Amino acid sequence: MPFGLLKYGLRRRYPARRDVPVATELKPSYDVVIIGGGGHGLAAAYYLAANHGITNVAILEKGYLAGGNTARNTAIIRSNYLTPEGVRFYDESVRMYQELSNELDYNILYSERGHLTLAHTDGAMRTSRWRAEVNKHLGVKSELIYPDEVARVCPQLNMSSDVRYPIMGALYHYPGAIARHDAVAWGYAANAARRGVEIHQQTEVTGILKEDNRVTGVETNRGVVSCGKVLQAVAGHSSVMAGMAGFKLPIRTIPLQACVSQPLKPFLDPIIVSGSLHVYVSQSDRGELVMGGSTDPYTLYSTRSSLDFKEGLMGHMLELFPFLSEVRLLRQWAGLADMTPDFSPVMGLTPIVNYYVDSGWGTWGFKATPVSGKRMAETVATGKVPDILEPFRLDRFDTFEQVGERGAASVGH
Amino acid sequence: MKIIHCPLNGPRNISEFVYGGEVVDMPDPASASDAEWADHVFLENNTRGVVREWWLHVATAYWFIAERDTANEEIVRTYPSSDIFKERVTFAAPDEEQGTS
Repeated sequence: MPFGLLKYGLRRRYPARRDVPVATELKPSYDVVIIGGGGHGLAAAYYLAANHGITNVAILEKGYLAGGNTARNTAIIRSNYLTPEGVRFYDESVRMYQELSNELDYNILYSERGHLTLAHTDGAMRTSRWRAEVNKHLGVKSELIYPDEVARVCPQLNMSSDVRYPIMGALYHYPGAIARHDAVAWGYAANAARRGVEIHQQTEVTGILKEDNRVTGVETNRGVVSCGKVLQAVAGHSSVMAGMAGFKLPIRTIPLQACVSQPLKPFLDPIIVSGSLHVYVSQSDRGELVMGGSTDPYTLYSTRSSLDFKEGLMGHMLELFPFLSEVRLLRQWAGLADMTPDFSPVMGLTPIVNYYVDSGWGTWGFKATPVSGKRMAETVATGKVPDILEPFRLDRFDTFEQVGERGAASVGH
Repeated sequence: MKIIHCPLNGPRNISEFVYGGEVVDMPDPASASDAEWADHVFLENNTRGVVREWWLHVATAYWFIAERDTANEEIVRTYPSSDIFKERVTFAAPDEEQGTS
């Protein structure tokens, strides 16, 4: 058997397939430059090529492919939001995710688990019912369930009333899922590259070139590139990039920390979230418990870790799952979340002509990767903002028309 | 553990403090346009570098100012707000002010 494999491997008939070709020199000009080679930027490039036939596109990534928040999130996919605008938007994303492995011919290990948002207070119960009714109205499967049903869906949970925050019920979101976040980025990258999109890593944008309020190109550490349109998708550094282009965003950059435990036998099927306890946890296909908490209490552009985070998170984890007390942490990390005041993204047009922004993804960016890629590609290709993105426009803050999703955020209350 | 030097209480654990945002000038509420007011309320400089910020020591309800580097979390300097706010700031609407004086 091993010799058979060796023979197979050495034959020239089966060369190793390289998903993302090694980038060549930068061309002097592109139709579209996408700043940021994370999930959102790669997805936008793929849909520009696949849906709109625009392939003269360069993705400029200052680090390595999908090495920012795409690699640092907790991979939860859901659409149980609070506002009709939010539910409609994230629902489109969930439906795209369900078909994504087929569309990309790349296994993203999509795993539908069901998603429980625990409620520990009367206020949380009320918000859960509110979200369930808005969800059902828009065709999204969510229900408010009570402790007996919670215990049936997740028998591992500590349902005792002898704790600081007893579980009073939960918002049960049936389509809640997790996926392999790296594979989502690689799948988009491979399919975009196959259609002619260039992906340039280690290429940092250092300035935006403008003529009469119209973008004409970008300066990079590898020289100047002129372009027709620019899409910025840089997550935690959105404000810095917008500052180069010459406008301000309603964003504060705040670290969000997460961690995984050592691998355990599969025991936890649903995704468990508690807004009151600032915990969300799921068990990955490798058996690790993927855990996250609330964002840090102040702004910072550093991905350092803090003891406060681990102490707080573990205290609450042990209240929900006391039997995990002997389990060890395997690793931890942080990402830079670009938090908006209303917990919704900022997408679409900017004060600069032909400069488009995909930002404000705070703690909810991974689940929106397909829809934001598709819709931002549509925006860039047509120059018009699709209806589904209209509520998330930058100037909603000028007209005081925020899309308040704080009540549906897992963390940061 | 991260330590902040409170001008009133000396070095204390950062968990005793609450972040209050960047120190920015408030436009005159009576004369500011909607756009100016929205800018003041929602838009952020979100600077990567040394920023002058409001911080609160919760236990003593003491607001002060810290200069903090948002790139590496170094707290450069802390001082009482009276160092930069030399006069009392009133928030009353103009006609109210006249009525009570």
